[in-house]
Amino acid sequence: MKRMAVVWCLVALSVSIAIGLAAGPADLPVATWLRALAGGDGTAATILWGVRLPRVTAGLLTGGALAVSGAVFQALLRNPLAEPYLLGVSSGAALGVVLALVAGIPASAYVLLPSAALVGSLLAIFIVFRVARLGDRLDTRVLLLAGVVVSAFFSACVLLVLTFARVGTLRSAFFWTLGSLEGASWGMILALAAYALPAVAVTFGISRHLNALALGEDTAAYLGTDTELVKRVAFLLASLLAAASVAVAGVIGFVGLVIPHAVRLTGVRDYRALIPLSFGLGGATLVLADAGARTAAAPMEIPIGVVTAFVGVPFFLLLLRRSYAR
Amino acid sequence: MICRLRSVSFRYMRRTRDAVAEVSLEADRGEHVAIVGPNGAGKSTVLRLLAGVIRPTAGTALLLDRPVGEWSRRELARRVAVVSQGGVADGPLTVREVVEMGRHPYVRAWAPLGPGDHKAVDEALADVDLSDLADRDVRDLSGGELQRVHLARAFAQQPLLLLLDEPTAHLDMGHEMRLLELVSQKTVNQSLTVISVTHHMNTASRFADRMLLMAGGRVVVSGKPRRVLQPTELERAFAWPVSVLHLEDYGPFVLPGKQREHPEGA
Repeated sequence: MKRMAVVWCLVALSVSIAIGLAAGPADLPVATWLRALAGGDGTAATILWGVRLPRVTAGLLTGGALAVSGAVFQALLRNPLAEPYLLGVSSGAALGVVLALVAGIPASAYVLLPSAALVGSLLAIFIVFRVARLGDRLDTRVLLLAGVVVSAFFSACVLLVLTFARVGTLRSAFFWTLGSLEGASWGMILALAAYALPAVAVTFGISRHLNALALGEDTAAYLGTDTELVKRVAFLLASLLAAASVAVAGVIGFVGLVIPHAVRLTGVRDYRALIPLSFGLGGATLVLADAGARTAAAPMEIPIGVVTAFVGVPFFLLLLRRSYAR
Repeated sequence: MICRLRSVSFRYMRRTRDAVAEVSLEADRGEHVAIVGPNGAGKSTVLRLLAGVIRPTAGTALLLDRPVGEWSRRELARRVAVVSQGGVADGPLTVREVVEMGRHPYVRAWAPLGPGDHKAVDEALADVDLSDLADRDVRDLSGGELQRVHLARAFAQQPLLLLLDEPTAHLDMGHEMRLLELVSQKTVNQSLTVISVTHHMNTASRFADRMLLMAGGRVVVSGKPRRVLQPTELERAFAWPVSVLHLEDYGPFVLPGKQREHPEGA
């Protein structure tokens, strides 16, 4: 069962990368970009290295980070509907980046932007938790409701800042509310990798404890998990992963929701497998979504968040019905 | 001595009264000590102190003659297992997967379960007679089966000390007796030490070697069941008239009176 999941994940990755590199305004069939990759002819190589490869790499990292973030939030909150977009973490991160840019941090200071995003996302999660916490119990329904509302508020703040900011210094409102991989550069990708890859590695390292949390915090503690420490570290990691992806690709919803569940559908529940598989499948999915966003209405680009919402919203509704029907 | 509380007190944050006051308790290998008493007497708090989830505000809690707080969570989980009233994963998990969690304190971060772990899991499943249901989703089980899963998970931890916090509260008579019989076999055959908290005094008196009656955070009386289950002490603790029958081959049997015979405090 687990082996099949790994095979599927690898197939999805290779197919999505092939499509991601081939799709776009200039047609680059697989044979052409393979030749370009091997050091072939001029224009194809320029497009491949300057546009397509950065875009595909950014998609892989962003999608992977969002999916892992969602998987961790689901384990922490013991709620299948948790994910960074619905918890307000992503729009908090967006506000953090926008404010940092308005305050004068140059957009080329790639390494600083995920940190600014992290501050925003932690603020969002703090507010959401304060609202949903009653004594030492956390009402997960209130949590999701608070998340959606806080998310709307932070998005409004972002749009307000964009209205007053000088045109040209900031990316469009589309980018900060629906995301895009347009203009992904190697500098951005390096910064994203520097944040996301260690965070994924540490998440993988604590995945055993995430398994134990599935039985509840008390039982996890009785089974030898330092629950307070694990919870704090995991919240920080999940927020960091979402923040780093927002700094590079804007706010993209539902990847963190759909991907971990898609992996679970193959029978994988152990977080030691769920984390790496979500990372791979999340990346593959976002690369495909981006290829779709680029080609569906060419020469126009559909915001990538529109694509993920079209898939994610029906999925969310289905999951919502099922989780309260039990 | 497996575990020992020496005049332990504990007060929850922002409370004016100790939840547990100067409680002393000890349990040796293979002993079953049952704690009884009215709601809010501090029974579960005593278990939480023994499990190391909370630390005493005064006094010492010892496991194998070492303060509970000095053990790491992982070390504790290899020696102490807890079964409480239940509740289980919201997600889909099979019976075997839940029982395998009992090996959590033994396996390394990335290592799969070893042959020893699988053996412990299989034995635990067999002990509670759940081998046939190993691949079932725990959400589809009955209350009695679910508590047996939790017991198997606790057995898979291979503990020296098993803490039971009203695990049979929602079970019918037959399931309750079966569960306690399973625990009893472990105490006899493998010298497992058990400390249980329960409202069912009559079943407790059948399985426990010693009992503790608590009220208002304090130990009212402790010792053999026939010494602890005395009408005067019980009436005061529960504020309700009580008769205690002594049945042959059974021991003391607590029977609540039908109506209050005197107003409170009289």
